[in-house]
Amino acid sequence: MTAEPKQPLSFQGLILRLQAYWAEQGCVILQPFDTEVGAGTLHPATVLRSLGPKPWNCAYVQPSRRPADGRYGENPNRLQHYYQFQVIMKPNPENLQDLYLGSLDAIGIDRDLHDIRFVEDDWENPTVGAWGLGWEVWCDGMEVSQYTYFQQVGGQDLDLVSGELTYGLERLAMYVQGVESVYDLRYNDHGVSYGDVFHRNEVEQSTYNFEHSDVDKIRQKFEFAEAECKALLALENPLPLPAYEHALKASHLFNLLDARGVVSPTQRQEYIKRVRDLAKGSAEAYAASEAVERNSA
Amino acid sequence: MAEFLFEILSEEIPARMQVRAGADLKKLLLAGLEKAGLTVENIRVLTGPRRLTFVADLPLRSPDVSEERKGPRVGSPERALGGFMKAAGLSDISEAEIRTDPKKGEFYVAVIESAGRDTDAILQEVIPEVMGNFPWPKSMKSAGSTFRWVRPLRGLLVLLGGAIVDVTVGGIQSSNTTLGHRRHGAGPFVISSFKDYTDTLEGKGHVRLSHEDRKAVIKSKATALCAEKGLELVEDEGLLNEVAGLTEWPVVLLGDMDAGFLNLPDEVIRLTLKSHQKTFTVRDPKTGDLAAHFIIVANQIAPDGGDMIKAGNGKVISARLSDAVFFQTEDAKLKLIDYYDKLDTVVFHKKLGTIRDKAERVAALAHELAPKVGADPDLAEQAAKLAKCDLVTQTVIEATSLQGQIGRLMFEREAGLNNNSVHSREGGNPERKAPASDALDPTLRWGDRENNSVATAIEDHYKPQGPSDAVPTDPVAIAVALADKLDTLVGFWAIDEKPTGSKDPFALRRAALGVVRIILENDVRLRMEPYLWLATKKMPKSDEVRARIDGIELVGSVKSKEFKEAAHARVDVDVHSTGAYISDLLAFILDRLKVYLRDQAMRHDIIDAVLADGSDDLVAIVNRVKALQTFITTPEGENLLAGYKRAANILKAEAKKGDLPTGEANRPANEHGAKVFDALTTASPAITAALESEDYAAAMRELANLREPIDTFFTETQIISDDIAVKDNNLRLLRMISDTSRQIADFEAIQG
Repeated sequence: MTAEPKQPLSFQGLILRLQAYWAEQGCVILQPFDTEVGAGTLHPATVLRSLGPKPWNCAYVQPSRRPADGRYGENPNRLQHYYQFQVIMKPNPENLQDLYLGSLDAIGIDRDLHDIRFVEDDWENPTVGAWGLGWEVWCDGMEVSQYTYFQQVGGQDLDLVSGELTYGLERLAMYVQGVESVYDLRYNDHGVSYGDVFHRNEVEQSTYNFEHSDVDKIRQKFEFAEAECKALLALENPLPLPAYEHALKASHLFNLLDARGVVSPTQRQEYIKRVRDLAKGSAEAYAASEAVERNSA
Repeated sequence: MAEFLFEILSEEIPARMQVRAGADLKKLLLAGLEKAGLTVENIRVLTGPRRLTFVADLPLRSPDVSEERKGPRVGSPERALGGFMKAAGLSDISEAEIRTDPKKGEFYVAVIESAGRDTDAILQEVIPEVMGNFPWPKSMKSAGSTFRWVRPLRGLLVLLGGAIVDVTVGGIQSSNTTLGHRRHGAGPFVISSFKDYTDTLEGKGHVRLSHEDRKAVIKSKATALCAEKGLELVEDEGLLNEVAGLTEWPVVLLGDMDAGFLNLPDEVIRLTLKSHQKTFTVRDPKTGDLAAHFIIVANQIAPDGGDMIKAGNGKVISARLSDAVFFQTEDAKLKLIDYYDKLDTVVFHKKLGTIRDKAERVAALAHELAPKVGADPDLAEQAAKLAKCDLVTQTVIEATSLQGQIGRLMFEREAGLNNNSVHSREGGNPERKAPASDALDPTLRWGDRENNSVATAIEDHYKPQGPSDAVPTDPVAIAVALADKLDTLVGFWAIDEKPTGSKDPFALRRAALGVVRIILENDVRLRMEPYLWLATKKMPKSDEVRARIDGIELVGSVKSKEFKEAAHARVDVDVHSTGAYISDLLAFILDRLKVYLRDQAMRHDIIDAVLADGSDDLVAIVNRVKALQTFITTPEGENLLAGYKRAANILKAEAKKGDLPTGEANRPANEHGAKVFDALTTASPAITAALESEDYAAAMRELANLREPIDTFFTETQIISDDIAVKDNNLRLLRMISDTSRQIADFEAIQG
């Protein structure tokens, strides 16, 4: 009598399993944010909601766009568009480490057979004035997640510390399924591969990012996003949420310019500073409004 | 005595912080407990990934203390009595005792009795105090608490004589329980004593509590596993310490990797495995070559014997090494020197230009320094340009600590050098074929010897990286290393980024000590100051830097001391922003020299005495310090110093009364004065000559000859004579003594 070997989770199965697991832990399951971002952390559900005194637990999949990382679909490990699964729990529950380890069980990583380690890795994102302490989580020497306790966001000390978990979904799935190329991942259990879904997108988007994006128009759009963000923050009653969206747009537009190689090192520093001022300004405005609410409560 | 057992359980503590945290915990607890009057015995401290443990024997109570405080005499004024009562905590003077002293008479004494306290109560105070002020390099808050710890706190096991000490820190209530290894004995376990604690955790808890034990287990298992295959572990103490901080129950496994990767340079393999995977390399003891295996330290006993863990790690290592092969192949598409222009894309410091700017300056300075260190100037210049090229290779961008080594390897390969150094490996790598003969146009006329020098300079110019690192010894490497460090020092001084207090972000102290050590350990003869000016003149002419160095351009080749005076006369402000910073930098370098010499048991005052004349030839300074220190401890030296001080003191005293006589001394009529005069007249030119030929021992001997006549002069002559003419001439003689001695050093600075 031999037991049927369990088939590892498909890519979508992995996402569904993580969503179901974190929903059980009380997380709001959000859908991806509809503006391009470079990392799941930048979703306002993480950056802005980690500010202020209100508890907040959520989980979501977020596509991350990194135009310069595109490889025309030719590199098995590099993509200009990939997915992160993000969990934010505020305040961090006492058993967050156990909950996290439980999520590995849920996606089929047998912790009897695999060596899980928490290795020091502190996190910093100057663009949104944020930092935290934590680890990268290793499974048999491979980084499968980032685990961070936020300490500051938008340059502000936090009233309540959030615990943030980030799973790199493609890498995790490649590990679980034991495949060497991201395009060989089983997307579902009905014969569709990751390559079927995304390969053409990688080829076309890489071609656009590197060859066809209209540099002048993108520069203009950057200027517009920047002006809009500043204007929203300069209102008597500032609107940090739309302002922050424009900061994210500016950030992505800068990434597009960077991918075209039209940004000199000096300009680069300049752009980064401009984006940082927008993002930080928005986060600060959001934090200030939360503080007002708290004081009047 | 009772056993005190204290364990702080938390989420994973960074490996690099654990041992230090154990030492800090011991220090702080000990200080707190002793301050409370407890004697602490039999201390043990254990550290690991999730816990810090402190054990000691303590008395159950602190002793009663009786303190006496002396007060004013009986019958003193009200105010004095009031002050005393207040200070001693008395409500009425009758509470004080009256004592009698034969000298003082009757006076008040307050006897303050403080009863001992329960150790339990003391611990309730000391523990939160210690934990609340714990010196973690980085700490964090968790959830809604304001308490800071390195990671979230999870438990406090606090037992005194087996009973729980009731204390709450950071929202965690103390208990008599602890947790074990996550997979192999999670617990919780109830603990009654330290013996029970170690038995339980080291047993069913699967936690090896001691850092040193874990290291020993890892080392012996790894050695044994390697030996089974006829291999040898490449030991690495830093990595061993790290993995001992990443595992509670270390399980050592030998994994396999693709032998094809062995074509990579050993250093690349070692560093990739170590820094990315915390994995040891393994070598064949017969050949010294790396073997296609690695040692992983897992935290887990896996039911499959660790096969999955080995396979998983092997896969990640393959991916990492594939990246390294890719980078090496990419890097090899260009010659090392072809990376030179790309150095322009990396900023050294925004006010000091790019790395290419720096390399250009260093190359020019190395050219100028070369004759002083016995190197060929053109060779030194070329080596300096090559030295920074590897900084923009992909391999070094990925692993900065390989800087220098990669450049050396690339250059050796291009120059067709067949070195069996530890850094390069011969093998079947097709990328390692001898280069085309025109590989290095500028170096065509150089042979293997010159090319070897350049290769050495590329790697060694970063040395010494710390007090225990060796200094470069090849002349070309010396020229490049000195030029690189001087450029760094001068550059950061020019933009006013000097180290302050404990802050030294650009490691300028290390650079200055490097300069000192390279010069002294290689016996390099040069004056520092001219080279600081030369380096300064090469600095980029941004407005800010220009403002600071314009003054130098004004006077061009004028010697520095004269320049300073001239500049002082010209514009005072400019000197503060320009000329002064060079002397400030020289003083900084000489300060490093002082520290270096003090470590070699040279006397601080003697170093100061030698430095007083503004000398900047480090080797000469050290020779003089050594000769003077030897001389000053002989009877001649001691007496001469005493004679000098006596002469100087008389001169000082007389100077206060009025102007000292000017002009030269005449040969005195009296016998003793004449002898001193003759001795000084002979000694002075002899000392000058000896100093010029740097025969410091001879200079000291000349000085020693003065001792007897000076001693006799002082004992047999009335210096401050009633005869004004005699007195004035005596004073002139004293100044001759002082001046002659000070030819050698500032005797004023020497303590005697």
